[in-house]
Amino acid sequence: MSVQNLNSFDPFADEGGDPLGSSKDVGSQQNYIHIRIQQRNGRKTLTTLQGLPKEYDSKKLLKAFKKEFACNGTLVDDEEMGQVIQLQGDQRLKISNFLTDEGVPKSTIKLHGF
Amino acid sequence: MASDSLFDPSLKKRKKKQVAFSEDPLGADADPTNPAPTSIDNTTANGEAVDLGPTTAHEQMSQNGRAEDGDEAKKDEDDMFADMKKKKKKKKEIPMDFQTEEGSGTSTPTTAPAATEDLDFSDMKKKKKKSSKKIDLEAFEKELNESKAKDEVDDEGDDGEGLAEIDEAELGDDPFAQGADAPTGVDAGNEPWLKSDRDYTYSELLHRFYASLHASNPSLLTSTGKRYTIAPPSIHREGNKKSIFANVTDICKRMHRQPEHVIQFLFAEMGTTGSVDGAGRLVIKGRFQQKQVENVLRRYIVEYVTCKTCKSPDTLLTKENRIFFMSCESCGSRRSVNPIKSGFQAQVGKRSKNKTG
Repeated sequence: MSVQNLNSFDPFADEGGDPLGSSKDVGSQQNYIHIRIQQRNGRKTLTTLQGLPKEYDSKKLLKAFKKEFACNGTLVDDEEMGQVIQLQGDQRLKISNFLTDEGVPKSTIKLHGF
Repeated sequence: MASDSLFDPSLKKRKKKQVAFSEDPLGADADPTNPAPTSIDNTTANGEAVDLGPTTAHEQMSQNGRAEDGDEAKKDEDDMFADMKKKKKKKKEIPMDFQTEEGSGTSTPTTAPAATEDLDFSDMKKKKKKSSKKIDLEAFEKELNESKAKDEVDDEGDDGEGLAEIDEAELGDDPFAQGADAPTGVDAGNEPWLKSDRDYTYSELLHRFYASLHASNPSLLTSTGKRYTIAPPSIHREGNKKSIFANVTDICKRMHRQPEHVIQFLFAEMGTTGSVDGAGRLVIKGRFQQKQVENVLRRYIVEYVTCKTCKSPDTLLTKENRIFFMSCESCGSRRSVNPIKSGFQAQVGKRSKNKTG
């Protein structure tokens, strides 16, 4: 039994040989909170916050965002991305500051956009 | 960046020319006494406070050598932050910011002679550090080899201290200590702690090493490193809602990356779409300024071009099993890079145009 186990697992196998396993390790994008920006018409922009950890209530967070940043926003349910907070205007820096102030480690926040 | 027109406030409107790299390290560092500071400073590069680890003693000494430069660099750093904040508020004023930043940072009419049209990507946070560190290493190694050769001769000359230091090198397994005793320069040999019995500290020895290193090789302090430069992205507006990134192929060639990969990254980061037209130019939907595209390109370079280990830009990106691997040409390291994911795309524009949304 133990010998079989040893046979099946080759510790020196090329890491590329296991695409799924390494991609999980590589990407680890699940752990990031992504803050993105999208251009709308004219000077308008939209900020999306994606990948919020489960322990945060996105509904309450949205409410706090809206109050704090004085903007409107909504919660969008996406099949792939889960719940996404959408805010009007460029709130990227504000969101990131807000989250860091609330104790979210900065390394998990990823700011995208220009 | 036309150097003669740099400080002419009447030229504020000339965006295309002037936007070129407000954080240009050369421009920031420019000093009337030495117009072209050839060594790369970390401080000037780090527009944003990206912690890249401690600076090497070499860098510190270089800094000390040009104290006033360092001050200016620091000032410039502050300026840069101010600059960024300002930029956030008023997007229109890029040339303005540039002016003020330059003015307060250097306040000298000598602008970087080397700052030509070439966009200097080397001042990007990491990039900068990268190159200087690499240079450090190279220089250090070269020095080591040279000094090894010199070693025997020197040891005879100053037997006392040479022996003492070799002892020290054995005591603390300090890889630098062996090299430290080799080049006996002007500075080396008159440290007060040399005669004392106590154990030398690492920093003392390191400092001593660099002192002698620089004493015997003054050129190191002003040594020029080859910079990773890239032409600035040329962004034009097409119509009202599209931007054209004209030299995308050039830049991709310069970075040795597939245009598709770069374009994919650009689109994912900017949250937009676009296409490549017949002339090889990239048409991006939405209004983008050169500065913005530049920022995204910087991030691309940090993420997908420079080696994370040795900071060298000589890397190859290969795809295996749907995963991109970046292998470094100079240090041989190989690592996988994040796949480009565009993430959530909110519905913008008319719903009728997009049935699925």
